[in-house]
Parts: sequence; C-alpha cells; structure tokens
Amino acid sequence: MSATLSASTLLAVPLAPLVGSVVAGLFGTKFGGDHIGRKVTHSLTILGVLVAFIISAMTLKSVVVDGARFNATLYEWMVVGGLKMEVGFLVDGLTAMMMCVVTFVSLMVHIYTIGYMQEDDGYNRFFAYISLFTFSMLMLVMSNNMLQLFFGWEAVGLVSYLLIGFWYNKPTAIFANMKAFVVNRVGDFGFILGIGLIAAYAGTLNYGEAFAKADALARLSFPGTEWMLITVICICLFIGAMGKSAQFPLHVWLPDSMEGPTPISALIHAATMVTAGIFMVARMSPLFEMSDTALSFILVIGAITALFMGFLGIIQNDIKRVVAYSTLSQLGYMTVALGASAYSVAVFHLMTHAFFKALLFLGAGSVIIGMHHNQDIRWMGNVRKYMPITWITSLVGSLALIGTPFFSGFYSKDSIIEAVHESHLWGSGFAYFSVVAGVFITAFYSFRMYFLVFHGKERYDQNPDAHHDAHHDDAHDAHGHDDHHGHDAKPHESPWVVWLPLVLLAIPSVVIGFMTIQPMLFGEFFKDAIVVDSHKHHAMKEMAEAFHGPVAMAIHGLSTLPFWLALAGVVAAFYMYMVNPALPAAIRRAFGPVYRLLENKYYLDWFNENVIARGTRALGTGLWKGGDQAVIDGAIVNGSWKLVGRISGAVRWLQTGYIYHYAFAMLLGVFVLMTYFIWFNR
Amino acid sequence: MTLTLPHYLSLGAMLFAMSVVGIFLNRKNLIVLLMCIELMLLAVNMNFVAFSHYLGDMHGQVFVFFILTVAAAESAIGLALLVLLFRNKSNINVDELNSLKG
Repeated sequence: MSATLSASTLLAVPLAPLVGSVVAGLFGTKFGGDHIGRKVTHSLTILGVLVAFIISAMTLKSVVVDGARFNATLYEWMVVGGLKMEVGFLVDGLTAMMMCVVTFVSLMVHIYTIGYMQEDDGYNRFFAYISLFTFSMLMLVMSNNMLQLFFGWEAVGLVSYLLIGFWYNKPTAIFANMKAFVVNRVGDFGFILGIGLIAAYAGTLNYGEAFAKADALARLSFPGTEWMLITVICICLFIGAMGKSAQFPLHVWLPDSMEGPTPISALIHAATMVTAGIFMVARMSPLFEMSDTALSFILVIGAITALFMGFLGIIQNDIKRVVAYSTLSQLGYMTVALGASAYSVAVFHLMTHAFFKALLFLGAGSVIIGMHHNQDIRWMGNVRKYMPITWITSLVGSLALIGTPFFSGFYSKDSIIEAVHESHLWGSGFAYFSVVAGVFITAFYSFRMYFLVFHGKERYDQNPDAHHDAHHDDAHDAHGHDDHHGHDAKPHESPWVVWLPLVLLAIPSVVIGFMTIQPMLFGEFFKDAIVVDSHKHHAMKEMAEAFHGPVAMAIHGLSTLPFWLALAGVVAAFYMYMVNPALPAAIRRAFGPVYRLLENKYYLDWFNENVIARGTRALGTGLWKGGDQAVIDGAIVNGSWKLVGRISGAVRWLQTGYIYHYAFAMLLGVFVLMTYFIWFNR
Repeated sequence: MTLTLPHYLSLGAMLFAMSVVGIFLNRKNLIVLLMCIELMLLAVNMNFVAFSHYLGDMHGQVFVFFILTVAAAESAIGLALLVLLFRNKSNINVDELNSLKG
C-alpha cells in the first residue's frame, strides 16, 4: 500500500459533496428558513464536488502511476455474531475510475444546472439533492463491503426518487417516481437476498474475504434443491442489477424517470446511477465467474434489453425519451459484455457511455432550453443555425454513441461485440445477433433525432400545443418560462454555464476510448479488481491476441459489419427524415400492428399495471378482507368473545333462579349417578 | 301375608317419589317445599330401618336417629329463614323467589 493514499484524504471525497448538500439542504431551503442565497448554494456545492473530483483525479493518478491500493476499514458500526458491519474503502483501478467518472460528470451537471434551473423555485433544493446523490454514489463505488454497497445503492435510489418527483406538483412526475421506487424495490429484494446468502454461507460482508471463499461457495448446492448455490447467489445479485440498471423486464421505470429535470436525467439516469448494477457485477466478478448459468442468464437479459429497447427509441417523439431508450439499449450492451465475462469491457463501455450519454442528455437539455421547453422533436428542426455549440457537441455525442471509428463509443462497443463473438456460453448466439442488429438500430434512432432536431425545415410554429404544452406524459414543468412562449420565438444559444459542460464532456467523448483501451482492456489497470477465469471464458484472452493497438483497431473497424450497419442506419435515417419525409408515415401505416406494439412498449406497462399491480392489489385486498378481517378479526378476535357469550347465554338459561329447578337438577344428577353406578359397576 | 323387604323398599320409594313430585309441582308455597324435603328424609329413614332389620345390623337404625336430628334442626332453620323471607318480601310464593338468577 502506497503512502499516497491515506484514509482521511479518501474520506474527503464522499464527505465534501455531503457537506455541500447538507448546508444547501438545511439552510438554503424553506426547511431551514432560506438563510443562504442561490449564489452561495451553487458555489458551495460545486466547490464540494470540485474537491471530490480533484482528489479522485489524484487518486486515479497514484493508482495508475504508483500502483497504489487502499483497502481498509475506517469505522466498525457493529458486530453481530461473527458478522462485522463496517464502513470501509477499497480503492483499486475500478474504484478510482468510477470515482473520476462520477465526480467529473457530477461536476459538469452541477455547472450546467446553474443555467438550466435558473428560473426554478427549487434551485437550492436541486443542488442539495444532486450533491447528496454524488455522496451516495461515491459511497457505493468506494465501498469495501456489501453492506456499504447496499447503503449507497439504496441512497442513490432515494435521491433518484426525490429527483424524478422534483416537480412534485406534476401528477405524472409523482407517478413516475413512485413507479421507479416500486420497480427498484423488486430488484433490491433480489439484491439483498444475494447479499444475505453470501453473509450466511461466507460469513462475511467484506469483498476480499467473501471472494477468497468463492471456490468453497461454488462447491455447495442450495439447500433442499440441486441448484448450485453460487448460481442462486449470482442471479439474486443480478436481479438487483436489473432493477438499478434497468434491464428487461425491470426497465419500465427508466423512460418514465424523464419526468425529472434534464440535468438529473443526465447524471443519474444515464451516466452514473444506472450503471451501478454494471459496476456491482464487475466488482463481484470472482463470484460471477464461478457460475456459467448465471452468466448465460445475464447474457440473454442484456441481449433482450439491448435490441428491443432500441426498437422503442425509433418511434419516440420526446427528445429525452429517445435518449432514455438509447440509454436502456446501451445498458443492455454493458450487460451482454458482463455475461460474456468481459467485465473490463463492460466497465470500459460504462465509462465512455457516461461521457457521451451525459453529453447527449445535456445537449438535449440545452435544446429544450433553446426551444422554450418544447421537448417534441417533431416541432424542432434546423436548430444548428441558432445553437451552433449545442449542435456540434450533440453531433459528437451521436457519433460516439453509434460507434464511429476513433470515437470513444467505437472502442467500447466494438470490444463488446467482439467479446460476445468469442463467448461460447449458452445464449451467446442470440446475444451476438442482438448486439450487431442493435448497432443499426442505435445509428438509426440517434440520427433520426439528430436530423429532426438540428437539420431540416424549422417547424416551431406547427406545434399544436405550443401554448399549453399539453403533451400529457412529458409536458414541461412547473417553471415559469411561460412569459416567453410564442410562435415567433426562435431558439437561442444557451448561456456559457450550459455549453461549457457540453464542450468539456465532448472532449472525453472523442478521445477517452482511444487513450484508455490499451491499459483498461488488455493492460494491468483492472488486474486485481476484476477476475476472469481465462480457461473457461477465454473471450478476453482471444481479444488481447487480436488487438494491435487502437489505431489498427479503428482501421480494421472500417471493414467490419458493425461499421457498415451503423453507416446504413445513418443513411436510412437521412433518407427517411431528410430526403423523403413521407416515408416514415407510409411505413407506419404498412406495419400497423408492429407500430402499435412499439407504441405501447410491448404492452409491458399495461401488463404491469393490469396484471401485476392489480393482481398484487387483489392479493392484498384478499388478505385484508379474507385473512385480516374474516379470520383474525372475525374468527379469532370477535369469535372468542362471541363463543364465550354463547356459552354463557346457554348457562344463564339454565340458571332460572327457581329452587325447584335446582332441586330437579340435583335429583337428575343423583339419578344419573346411581344409574351409572348400578349399570356399569355391577 | 308377611311384610318382606320389597314392601318396605316400595313404601320408601313411593314416599320419595311423592316428595319429588311435591317439589316439582308446588309453585306456590315454600312451606310445602320444606315438608316435601322432610318427607324425602323420611323415605330414606324407611330404607335404613328396613335394611337394618333385614340385615340384622343396628348401624342403620343409629343413622336414622342422626337423620331425624338433622331433619329437626333443618326444619327449625328452614322455618326461621322462611319467617325472615316473609318479613322482607311479604310473600312466600316460590315462583317469585328467583333473585338468584343472574
């Protein structure tokens, strides 16, 4: 362990944003009496995140250059039996990279928020929330044990809930945050079951100690069944990741989470929080390596998400929802990479995706500001004339997303496709098809949005609800932009606090893949963080043999199928939305049933609301009426006094109070006793 | 005709049955009730004497004296209670004496 990493320095990373958040939340809102103004709030929270980012960057440097590692417990919360519950940090390549990504994107979003939220009443509250989010996410990634991981996991879920429902006067936002919370509960239940199984069988919550027992765990079977214990653990943990990282069929909350303000869509629902599941699986790679069944499961779920969520992106008209479905699809790609045992590739894609997807989201937010809070891409067009910086940066983001050679997305996405190609697990054929087909879909919807927004004719005055903003599910919000609503209002470039983060994010979106692919995928960067059993899962080994440097990879990429598919997607989008705009409508008419299926998101929302939610309610009502009211209240509580009442009623009827009745009873008793005595004791 | 044991036992049983019927049929007068109880004791005495004579065992007749003594004491107490009851309720009607009922 190098002396450059000290516990107190590391502790400052999560605590700096927490201090900012607490001060802003307590003194900057009505809760604490509005003691500090907007300027103080945003300066303070940005300072907190900046401190965190600088220390993170220094940590990354010492991890990479000096090979520093840190793994220690800082505080022991309690000991139950032999099970220790602690707060501790584990810093290695994976953690250091995640810390930098989280703090950097968070810093960009903090700056961006100054511009985006300037007219909102909840300005200080918003800063308090996003700083709290940064703290939670850092606790999650820096943890050295599963309990702290779970704490961070739940805390980011809480902040996500608070921020989706940020405009709490809007019924759709309240519905969306409730939905996000409930769906995440399903995943978290699986997650805590997985942690519980590890605690029960390994007897520890600490990563290092648990991973050391992975071999022993892999030999056990689940009590009462023939299932492998390790498979059950891994699938339970992955169900947690499915909830948080929005994998099919628990993805339904993510598109609705776009009800929140755009900066948090970028920070939480694209760049960082939703990748927590990917991070967790990568962190637990020593366990996942033991179970091929769990890896196949991950592979198939990821492939379904990557392909089918991409389809949905094609028909969305809300600019944020297009990006949201694209996020779902990209998360599917990362999951596929996890399933193919290419954890480092998944984390690599996580990093590149965090930059270009945050860029795309913030770009979308910038367009939304410019369009006076119209989010419908059908009523945009030719925005590049008015918002050149947003245009260029969004183009960079889109090119990175679709995997243009030399851009960051190319390296990560091509590596995923290559890794799946080398994988021989059950389901890898389907996964390979999905990720390759997904390339075309991604290119198509990304450039459909790009062309509709930034090119073509100006359609601002055709918006039928420009004044009311009444597109029910994604209308704008409670803020006061209404005064400049009008048909004549042209878009305008956003202030510097908005475009500066775009530019700063565009730079890594272009270069980060080129710079880091060698050390991250084939070098020593993740050496002790990610464990791959290269005898069983040799995808990484074969990729390393085929890898001849980033330039060669990009040049080779020009002649492979994914590149041509991406190009075909762009050309198709160009033809359908620029050259021949009547074509999409004709296709929609020709494929009515398919279109309706996509329009209704495969009827999953319908299914959840009508079958699962209603079924659960019916079960609850049944238990309430049948179990609680009938059995417990009716039979046990009321039944006991009724029974006593009935017995005493009968007894009271016998007690007439007339002497001769008692005398008769006595005589009858004597008669019965004597009869018994004479007849049976003869 | 000689009087044998069954005759005495039949007499006892008849006396007992009479007293039982008296207890059940009487709804008016508490004194009749007391008298019926005396009669019941007499029926028992009759059986004791009959068996005593039949078995040649004097213990039965000793018990008769005990029972007569107890019966005398009981009627004295019963009559005293009756007088007190009459003072309080100003009647001794059995049908109205149901204050034991809850």
